[in-house]
Amino acid sequence: MAIIEVTNLGKKYNIGERQNYLALRDTLTYIIKSPLKWFGGKVKSLQSRPDNEFWALRDVNFTVKKGEVLGIIGRNGAGKSTLLKILSQITPPTTGEIRLGGRVGSLLEVGTGFHPELTGRENIFLNGAILGMRKKEIEKKFDEIVEFSGVEKFIDTPVKRYSSGMYVRLAFSVAAHLEPDILIIDEVLAVGDSEFQKKCLGKMEEVTKKEGRTVLFVSHNLAAVKKLCDRCVVLNNGSKVFEGGTEKALLAYDNLQSSRELKMNKGEYNNNRRGSGTLSFTEIEMFDTNDKKRNMFNIGETVRFKMSYAVLNEMEGLYVLISLYKDRLNGVLTTVKHELRNNVIKKGENGSAIVDVELSHICPGEYSLHFWLGDKMALHQGTPLNYDVVDNVVGPLVIKASSEEEKEMAGYFTLPSNMNILK
Amino acid sequence: MEIIIRPKSKWWHLDLGELWTFRDLFYFLTWRDVKVKYKQTIVGVLWAVFQPFVTMVVFSVFFGRLAKMPSEGVPYPIFVYTGLIFWTLFSAGLTDTSGSFVSNSQIVTKVYFPRVILPTATVLTNMVDFAIAAIILVGLMFYYHYTPTLLGIVLIPVLILMTILSTLGVGLLFGSLNVKYRDVRFILPFFIQLLIFITPVIYPVTIVSEKYRWILGLNPMSGVIDVARAGLLGIKSIDWGLLLVSIISMTVYCVVGYLYFKVVERYFADVI
Repeated sequence: MAIIEVTNLGKKYNIGERQNYLALRDTLTYIIKSPLKWFGGKVKSLQSRPDNEFWALRDVNFTVKKGEVLGIIGRNGAGKSTLLKILSQITPPTTGEIRLGGRVGSLLEVGTGFHPELTGRENIFLNGAILGMRKKEIEKKFDEIVEFSGVEKFIDTPVKRYSSGMYVRLAFSVAAHLEPDILIIDEVLAVGDSEFQKKCLGKMEEVTKKEGRTVLFVSHNLAAVKKLCDRCVVLNNGSKVFEGGTEKALLAYDNLQSSRELKMNKGEYNNNRRGSGTLSFTEIEMFDTNDKKRNMFNIGETVRFKMSYAVLNEMEGLYVLISLYKDRLNGVLTTVKHELRNNVIKKGENGSAIVDVELSHICPGEYSLHFWLGDKMALHQGTPLNYDVVDNVVGPLVIKASSEEEKEMAGYFTLPSNMNILK
Repeated sequence: MEIIIRPKSKWWHLDLGELWTFRDLFYFLTWRDVKVKYKQTIVGVLWAVFQPFVTMVVFSVFFGRLAKMPSEGVPYPIFVYTGLIFWTLFSAGLTDTSGSFVSNSQIVTKVYFPRVILPTATVLTNMVDFAIAAIILVGLMFYYHYTPTLLGIVLIPVLILMTILSTLGVGLLFGSLNVKYRDVRFILPFFIQLLIFITPVIYPVTIVSEKYRWILGLNPMSGVIDVARAGLLGIKSIDWGLLLVSIISMTVYCVVGYLYFKVVERYFADVI
């Protein structure tokens, strides 16, 4: 019997919507100054413009049987979090439908709604209620929660005085005692020290295997996925690319990581491949300087991109841009630009090039890659006659930390700086 | 039990059954706000007494003594204070509810629950201040020898409920606007400051001729404050006409506020 039925699910965001907050003052002045234009603008935004659209999820279908543990895996920006948010009713879908056969409890973050001024005891009740527990339920499990967290001594201390480890342990303990029909979990096992992580994993196993609860589990921790999940759904760029047994799903996920063969772009529009169809990347590969295929690098190493392209139209000048970003909604972090040709190119003058990028001043993490190829007009005037985009298909570029110091780096970049001590 | 998630929801729909299942959350959010409010300020409860009392003294000196504002034959301090406690419940509630979605964005983006719980819990938090301030009113009534009429006592819960609903109606509208337009929180205090002058707090409704008095009722707090004075101080008979206009205007604000809130509610997590 299916307890979750997801049909044709899609979620569209308008890029730029989140970039800055609107001011009511500006909107009002605009309406008063030019009411017709404002009305026109409203109409236009209803006929949504495709260049500002971004489908975080598209046509996703799957069902989950009662008592099943389903893993959801995929790269950064594959749409996992969006899927969980829709399932938890935090945000509505744009298309499709979901049928849920029971109470949903979602754990998208540990310690949601914890208040620093309140004591551990008070926060257990508050957090429990926020996660959907009834007061009686919390009272019944209170001792168990406290014992699991191991912070008995400080239970009447405001949590602002807790160490971050204690805080996380208490928060997870509350969450671990949730008893909904369907439990949705996002990456929460990635917190705390390794011993506590093990304890959490054990608790999760108990909840899923012994109590037979239906669980949706998202994680980058593939070992945990392997241990807990019977079946997995693999997402890539908002679409489901695989559904089936965990072993096979992990293989499919591995293949995604290294796939670089590109189909010729016929100018069809989709989220990660768009263009005029007159110019196309045919292959993009990632190497190190010894020409060994790799997507993981240490800080300071050099990554080599090898790109081939086909020209199907006459055009002037040819440029390539490679951009790094973390998350679609927050924009590009940095871009390198190179001129491939500066003369007139005839149809059929295909070519290939190598771009070496030194990965210094970058912080450890996973970066999505965006490749752009276009002629002079497209680059300088934005005339979309000859261009091609490969977005988040190749990669991601993974930067590893090789020392403790590097692990502690925050943000995306470090700027070269120096210090003179004056006193 | 089956839940169906679709792109469009029935926006006019108020699911009371669902609200009932979330009653514990409602209780804990109110409890959190009360607890935090009186925990963080050392003078906590004292502040709740101090603020309306000092406002009353200042208003009595400037509007009562110096400007010689009429007060329907009642000593000005008790006259203005009766209006002030209801006004404060409304204005403080309006400020807090308007910010309630944004200040709880941490929860809004991570967990589902009927969002209307947030502003409602916030209004109830302000009831604590109201209750404390009301004790001073009782003191003033003893001091000046005024006794409420029986009808007045019966009407008090109705007046409190009207104040709460007015706060919620307007608060839902501004709270929802605030999610999208972040300058609302700068505009609102200014707006509230002006609003006290078109509410009969420092003056009696009788300064407006009977023919046009209903216009005051477009502000639901006019009816509330006028009836509170008539009933609590027993100085005149209750103006039922003004009360009725206030109830109608209150209903309109509630409906408008709730409808706008319902239209935008589902997208809070996307824009907040």
